Amino acid sequence: MLRDITLGQYYPGESVIHRLDPRTKIIATLVYIVSLFVVDSFVGMAIATLAILLLVKISKVPFKFITRGLKPIMFIIAFTFVINMFMFKGEPLFAIGPLVVSKEGLKRAVFMAVRLVLLIFGSSLLTLTTKPINLTDGLESLFKPLSVIGLPAHELAMMMSIALRFIPTLLEETDKIMKAQQARGADFESGNLLQRAKALIPILVPLFISAFRIAQELAQAMEARCYRGGSGRTRMNAMKFRKGDLFAAFIMIAFLGTCIAERIIL
Amino acid sequence: MGISVKNLTHIYNEGLPHESVALDNVSFEINDGEFIGIIGHTGSGKSTLLQHLNGLLKPKSGQIIVGDTDITDPSCKLLEIRRRIGLVFQYPEYQLFEETVAKDVAFGPKNLGLAQDEIDKRVEEAIGLVGLPFEEIREKSPFELSGGQKRRVAIAGVVAMKPEVLILDEPTAGLDPKAHKDVLEMAYNIHKHEKNITIFVSHNMADVARLCDRVFVMDKGKLILSGTPEEVFSEEERLTSIGLSLPPAAQLMHRLHEANHAIKAEVFDAENAAEEIFKFLGDKVC
Repeated sequence: MLRDITLGQYYPGESVIHRLDPRTKIIATLVYIVSLFVVDSFVGMAIATLAILLLVKISKVPFKFITRGLKPIMFIIAFTFVINMFMFKGEPLFAIGPLVVSKEGLKRAVFMAVRLVLLIFGSSLLTLTTKPINLTDGLESLFKPLSVIGLPAHELAMMMSIALRFIPTLLEETDKIMKAQQARGADFESGNLLQRAKALIPILVPLFISAFRIAQELAQAMEARCYRGGSGRTRMNAMKFRKGDLFAAFIMIAFLGTCIAERIIL
Repeated sequence: MGISVKNLTHIYNEGLPHESVALDNVSFEINDGEFIGIIGHTGSGKSTLLQHLNGLLKPKSGQIIVGDTDITDPSCKLLEIRRRIGLVFQYPEYQLFEETVAKDVAFGPKNLGLAQDEIDKRVEEAIGLVGLPFEEIREKSPFELSGGQKRRVAIAGVVAMKPEVLILDEPTAGLDPKAHKDVLEMAYNIHKHEKNITIFVSHNMADVARLCDRVFVMDKGKLILSGTPEEVFSEEERLTSIGLSLPPAAQLMHRLHEANHAIKAEVFDAENAAEEIFKFLGDKVC
């Protein structure tokens, strides 16, 4: 059951999108998110939808992996949809008791829901086509200029890499401990809320002990290899801005331009 | 009560690009009171098999019948399976969590819903069976014990459930030679005392040869060999081809046999090897 959690959900592939510089992809994702908020009509949304579907097609990531990211926020989408549907005043369409659904409200609700779905699609595509380690490298490089004002870019990126790296390890550890306690007859699935919370103790105590042990071992291993922070460190796989990235940047600008034009014209 | 496994197949991540067949049509029978050894390389499917026996994993197809119950049947109660089959994982000391040793050992029996006096009785008996001084250790925190002691406490936690089948997954991994020997002795004593079926997974061929009535060899999810230690360890080529070795004593005897055919090669533990060599030398000297 724990294996269902996807964080750092890289889908291995060799597509053009996989090969782009992570920095390009991060910026492109930001641009895409911004443009989702720029567009203000269904035409614009249709363009954004088409764009992401095209990118998914190019990336060769199966569509069901993209939609999987929707599951955890299904509730938020539904909630936004309902709130928008009822709260927006306009020409009444029908009513459920005291709640009136207006034509504009319904439009608005659909629009917002699509926007949220596309937001998830966009960011999922980034994490699906970029290895977590490249992602943090990209972020570090993008945040580097901010070290002038005291932002510890390297340390933050290192913390993120370690956190990402240890999610699967800790999940595996949790899985092991859960199985061991289940083998001793522990029951995590029945009982009321209090009983269930109590049933977590046999998992949490060993898990914390493991986590501290792993952290200490890692720190020692890093020190043994002379890790002293980011200054002066070089990379084994230096990131390179290639032709493809330039091409992607052009498409990005064109896309953002279209979205802005759409907002002004329509 | 015996165990009968029929055509067990399990596939991890079925349908995904990285799906892998962990168990491939595995069938075997274990008779009452047997001490079974399972050997195989890392990733050969041993752990997956053990977790099936305990109901932690459900097979894609196949059956596991313990006594007269089919534990792969969805209507079979999980607690009932766990009462009958105790599984001790690798490095079981990582599952300790209670404030005191006695409380931790009581966790399993408590989950079985036993009465308090029965629990107390079982805790004392189990801690004794794993060779620890009950009075001295009961109120200690499990985290202040030594590595070997922690392991015994964790094993006691499963033994206290009085399973009809006790599964030990590499119970000696990472222990020093003394603790290694003690834990093996303990496993054997528990087996004799409880008269249960014991399934013992190990990478140590000498231990397997010495302790087990029968040995199963797993490779790539398949059960490729099974039989008494004599039968299994006489298949030297087969074993080396899948990256396993013979017990050291057997290796020695094979070399000696090559040098002089008067020496028997089919000896697998140190004691019998010594006897065989002594017999050979005796013939010569006298």
